Amino acid sequence: MKKQKIVVVGNGMVGHKFIDTLLASSNADQYQIVTIAEEPRLAYDRVQLSAYFSGSTAEDLMLTSETYYQEKGVSYKLNEKVVELKPEENCVVTASGHKETYDQLVLATGSYPFVPPVPGREQPHCLVYRTIEDLEAITASAKQSKVGVVVGGGLLGLEAANALKNLGLETHVVEFAPRLMAVQLDEGGGQVLRSKIEKLGVKVHTEKNTQEIVAGEKCRYRMIFADGNYLETDMILFSAGIRPRDELARKFGLGVGERGGIVINNYCQTTVPNIYAIGECALWSNRIFGLVAPGYQMARVAVSHITGGTEQFLGADMSTKLKLLGVEVASIGDAQARTPGALSYVYQDGINEIYKRLVLSPDGKKLIGAVLVGDSSAYGNLLQICLNHMEVPESPEQLIVPASDGQAATGLGVDALPETATICSCHDVSKGAICCAVRDGATTIGAIKSSTKAGTGCGGCVALATQVMNSELTKLGVDICTDVCEHFSYTRQELYHLVRVGNIRTFEELIEKHGRGLGCDICKPLVASILASCWNELIMKNELAHLQDTNDYFMANMQKSGTYSIVPRVAGGEITPDKLIALGMVGKKYRLYTKITGGQRIDLFGAQLEDLPAIWQELIDAGFETGHAYGKAVRTVKSCVGSTWCRYGVLDSVGMAIAIEERYKGLRAPHKLKFAVSGCTRECAEAQSKDVGVIATENGWSLYVCGNGGMKPRHADLFATGLDDQTLLKYIDRFLMFYVRTADRLQRTSVWMDNLEGGLKYLKSVIIDDKLGVGAELEKEMQMVIDAYQCEWKSTISDPEKLKRFRTFVNSNKRDNTVVFVEEREQIRPANEEEIVRFVEANELETA
Amino acid sequence: MDICDSSDVLPNLGVRALVNDEQIAIYRVQGQLYAIGSIDPFSGAAVLSRGIVGDVKGQLVVASPIYKQHFNLATGVCLEEPSVRVKSYPVREIAGRVQVLV
Repeated sequence: MKKQKIVVVGNGMVGHKFIDTLLASSNADQYQIVTIAEEPRLAYDRVQLSAYFSGSTAEDLMLTSETYYQEKGVSYKLNEKVVELKPEENCVVTASGHKETYDQLVLATGSYPFVPPVPGREQPHCLVYRTIEDLEAITASAKQSKVGVVVGGGLLGLEAANALKNLGLETHVVEFAPRLMAVQLDEGGGQVLRSKIEKLGVKVHTEKNTQEIVAGEKCRYRMIFADGNYLETDMILFSAGIRPRDELARKFGLGVGERGGIVINNYCQTTVPNIYAIGECALWSNRIFGLVAPGYQMARVAVSHITGGTEQFLGADMSTKLKLLGVEVASIGDAQARTPGALSYVYQDGINEIYKRLVLSPDGKKLIGAVLVGDSSAYGNLLQICLNHMEVPESPEQLIVPASDGQAATGLGVDALPETATICSCHDVSKGAICCAVRDGATTIGAIKSSTKAGTGCGGCVALATQVMNSELTKLGVDICTDVCEHFSYTRQELYHLVRVGNIRTFEELIEKHGRGLGCDICKPLVASILASCWNELIMKNELAHLQDTNDYFMANMQKSGTYSIVPRVAGGEITPDKLIALGMVGKKYRLYTKITGGQRIDLFGAQLEDLPAIWQELIDAGFETGHAYGKAVRTVKSCVGSTWCRYGVLDSVGMAIAIEERYKGLRAPHKLKFAVSGCTRECAEAQSKDVGVIATENGWSLYVCGNGGMKPRHADLFATGLDDQTLLKYIDRFLMFYVRTADRLQRTSVWMDNLEGGLKYLKSVIIDDKLGVGAELEKEMQMVIDAYQCEWKSTISDPEKLKRFRTFVNSNKRDNTVVFVEEREQIRPANEEEIVRFVEANELETA
Repeated sequence: MDICDSSDVLPNLGVRALVNDEQIAIYRVQGQLYAIGSIDPFSGAAVLSRGIVGDVKGQLVVASPIYKQHFNLATGVCLEEPSVRVKSYPVREIAGRVQVLV
């Protein structure tokens, strides 16, 4: 049988979804698929477009690849625009004259950003926000601009404002309506959102109608408003809504709506039966759907109809949940209470700027809409109640009022949901489908994602999908697998408990009593870390030595050539000239590469194994101690110069930093720990990016916790204010020990806190209010670690047996000839492969 | 080839030997000696003697300290990429001395 040929015009998210769904259908082999795309690349994730400004590349955003299409036999043309459509001949023609015939045509042409017809809009630096090319243009323009304006305060406009802010521009949002996100929010929600984003430094101008863009005086342009006011800016981003790309349909005789959009029926057919339209270009029941989930739904309906199915498109839920400029916003159903007789509950927290509104049916029994600003955690729950027409609890306000102490958060819980409830609206995955996947063996959220696709669209349902999965697992009597590795069927927290309660001092004892096999490179260092956190015995002890990663074993950081770097402790970053000289002398003598670290210390690179003891002998003689840069341990306490020298300093930050570093130095933990102390709120020590950050104020110390830099930077949360020295240390003692006790392997404090049920609030209740009654115990355990401290290097170099370990070869005094250095900027660096080859050849010549 | 005294090779702690120009890692696990090439094929650094030993899926292995691949102590085959292997050497203990056949 001859294959049916399907041509898809447009390869955006929806066009690709159509192709992907068709490929996955049971009779995929009966179709030949051709897609023609105007953009230079195949489908990418436009929903996550703003991620492009936070480091994602075009590559990261791709939803498919040319290889995938090639493997699946999908022909594609990029950079080709369809300009003619001939329904009577069943063919389309592209701008380059290429002609493509079809049996079925699918128009997935999407939309374009609407630019209001303002005189002056066509100048350079007046841009839109839709494609990757647009983002490249915005980045380029931002480099030559100081001030940026976004025209449009809707969902996309605020995304764009975030982008401008991230690019370092003074950012303004100009909106025609009296409030932000006028489509999704009510007045109260709009106001709270406005106030929150203004605090983030974005200026909002509502009820402004731009009349003209002329040359500016201070900036490149001046926008003149209808009310006579003006605003000066260097660049303008238009984000005032979208318009369907319906020009083909319009020009070649298909039915289009009065205000645009290609008319479709419930099967997504246009007025010509073998031509379909899906996504933002389609007009169903006089409505355009500008979200990805309804577009995906249309794609599925069109595939179903073409392959002989009966699915229909009957409208879509336009509820949304998102984060705009870091502010959580969600809107469900009839958010503005337009239903006659609708009842409302409103909760407003003026201090934390949280606004929540429930809209109920006139009889008060059903939830028909909701607005959430500042805290959208109730979204999943509310959406399910709304979509499944479930009865609300007797006192509906419970759904939005924060849970008071000792009371579980009220929700109906995932068990109350019907099997048909849609959990993932992007991919139309029901609760039943997730439960079914769990029964078929998907027991992690990753497995659920790959088998059902739930949570792989906008990601908004991951938390809910996880709850459904866990509830089903519990029903099946399956424990959720959190074993550390094949040798121990326990979590790190459980192992910690076993070690402490059983007074276990060696790995052998633990694995004999509670594990199996010999151990591996996962459980051995983990147990070593637990033993160190509990008993703080020397890691060089024979029974403990074989558990250590090479870094801990040789007490230095292995670099890629197999050589080591050395970082002596410089508490608080304070160092005497004599000690600086000593470091310089050592660096020079042993030909080490030296570099200042981010933690205000000095790193000496390129040391060979056999030189480590001699180097440390000299460092110890000069008064240094080990810096634990090699361990999952307390690393550094960074500080600014504080009130001692600085005109603005309020308290002695260096003194406090040194006290903290001396107190906790060497504490082994599930992950490395970094601290900082700033002497005033100017925050020169960057304490808010640390696991433990301390900032001086006129009322005492402020404590911040659970921040980090690295791959996923996170700001620390304010934990307590107005602390004296003693209380500060008490809180840090408890905080650190609680973390050491309960965190998972390699879990940083931020992730640990996010995973604690109750998060920051719970942590405060444990540390400050001592809710669990473990405060004294935690302090005692910390004191034990502090008392047992000794410098590992000092203990090692006084033991000749241990020094033997630093021999390069057990049978020769030769040095390792795989280590080769070359010189660069007056210091050594490891040779690259090419240089090593040259070096070896030269040596051979010499010996020949 | 005679390498070292038996007491130089402690349980679960690798040592490195130089034989002609070859770098060899020697381990003692559960009383048994093993010897494989010490140069990690993924990084080119001579570091395998400094890895953590243990068992993974029933095989005795050492984990490279650089990028953490596991190598079978008896055969030298990499568990993650079985097409990659390091040399393995016969090794024995005679009269308190460790000897490797190169």
